[in-house]
Amino acid sequence: MNDNIIEVKGLKKHYTGGAVRALDGIDCEIRRGEVVVIVGPSGSGKSTLLRSLNLLEVPTEGQILFNGADITAPKTNINKHRQKMGMVFQHFNLFPNMNIIKNMTLAPTKILGKSEADAEKQAEELLVKVGLVDRKEAYPSQLSGGQKQRIAIVRALCMEPEVMLFDEPTSALDPEMVGEVLDVMQDLAKQGMTMVVVTHEMGFAKEVADRVIFMDEGVIIEEGTPDDIFNNPQSERLKSFLSKVLI
Amino acid sequence: MTEFIEELKFVFLDDNRYKLLVEGFFNTLKITAGALLIGVVIGIVVAAIRSSYDKNKETMKLRGGIGYRVLAVINAICKVYLTVIRGTPVVVQLMICYFIVFVSAQDGVPVAIFAFGINSGAYVAEIFRAGIMSIDNGQFEAGRSLGFNYFQTMRYIIIPQMFKAVLPTLCNEFIALIKETSVAGYVGVSDLTKSGNVIAGRTFEYFIPLLTVAAIYLIIVSLLTSLVGKLERRLRKSER
Ligand SMILES: Nc1ncnc2c1ncn2[C@@H]1O[C@H](COP(=O)(O)OP(=O)(O)OP(=O)(O)O)[C@@H](O)[C@H]1O
Ligand SMILES: [Mg+2]
Repeated sequence: MNDNIIEVKGLKKHYTGGAVRALDGIDCEIRRGEVVVIVGPSGSGKSTLLRSLNLLEVPTEGQILFNGADITAPKTNINKHRQKMGMVFQHFNLFPNMNIIKNMTLAPTKILGKSEADAEKQAEELLVKVGLVDRKEAYPSQLSGGQKQRIAIVRALCMEPEVMLFDEPTSALDPEMVGEVLDVMQDLAKQGMTMVVVTHEMGFAKEVADRVIFMDEGVIIEEGTPDDIFNNPQSERLKSFLSKVLI
Repeated sequence: MTEFIEELKFVFLDDNRYKLLVEGFFNTLKITAGALLIGVVIGIVVAAIRSSYDKNKETMKLRGGIGYRVLAVINAICKVYLTVIRGTPVVVQLMICYFIVFVSAQDGVPVAIFAFGINSGAYVAEIFRAGIMSIDNGQFEAGRSLGFNYFQTMRYIIIPQMFKAVLPTLCNEFIALIKETSVAGYVGVSDLTKSGNVIAGRTFEYFIPLLTVAAIYLIIVSLLTSLVGKLERRLRKSER
């Protein structure tokens, strides 16, 4: 069995008929159990790459293999694959008309056919882990940003995904709430979850990442261990990027 | 004063003419409720198709396959429906239904329910479409990323939120529909308006029957309007 959970081959994503090249030839792979952090300046294509991995963005060219299967092939059932790829968004995207427990049990009951009781039990166990079990009847509007994002993470975990994709999970949070979300993510990494994280939190990248990918203008400029990237940058672009983000 | 009461008696009680009014009242309610039911069903289907097309045409084109062309054709049919229904008077649609489509119909009420249902479907569809478009795209992406397919995402996530968002508007459409059904008499249906008119014709007395009919409409509409107001306040409270 191949150890790469995701392989990206020659991925391109162009907008407005090729005028905007959000991704311009990406090749990379994510290994099982690995935590990969993607960094880069604004507009470099980080979100586009991450969202291509579960086909929220349909590539213009190239392939994405998930567990060896080409999910960009026209006849693949993308819904089946997405069940195994959890995603966490910058703006949480909790369902505002449902309480927390319903947010978490909707997909397992409707998609996986779990019983309400089983799904609730699983949801409560996850809520205990993130310290929010006492808020299970609350509605998203009654929670703080940090609480919402922790719920969004465990909602995705309810589907028992093989990989978790994070698109700037802390960027919409007040500074004092960033830590509580990063802690949950770090715990998840410790438990061996495969994670792909787009973030501006360089501290998280240094501490938690197994590998860091630096992108600019739709291509991967450099990748390596956090030590390689932060302490021994090779390219001018990465050096100049680091000089701006690390004060 | 006694003269007025005598007249009321003559208009409504002689020959049990009030029964016409009662029958008309219930026919009006039947037509409105039935039409709204049909309208909501048509509205959901058309709105779902139209907004799916608008949202997905780019990615569907990219992914290729027959799906895109099928959706484009269905979407075009929906557009024609909306254009025709909203571009012609409801009375004309009603008469076409009664005198051309269902020529052999004995009872006008089901025909009126059908005609007003088809008509209100077009307006409800646009209300629903605006509602769907007002839901943040992140809701959609959250659903899809969990593994829901397109229709499940619509059904479990988007449409419930859409309903909540458009409920007041939908109620107002219902209120407008009550008044619109007053043209059902054109195809011989004894609705509230027609009943008033019949009583007037039989008694040669216009003032009392027509004002009574107007008062009944006004009472129903005011009642419903105040209910919608209450509903709106409740919904706003539950938002935050
Ligand atoms: N729907 C779209 N239509 C046109 N251009 C787009 C679209 N989405 C993204 N782009 C462009 O693609 C490029 C990459 O965008 P992307 O969102 O992936 O960047 P990013 O690295 O995530 O930036 P940020 O750090 O600001 O989130 C940008 O130039 C952006 O303007
Ligand atoms: Mg981004």
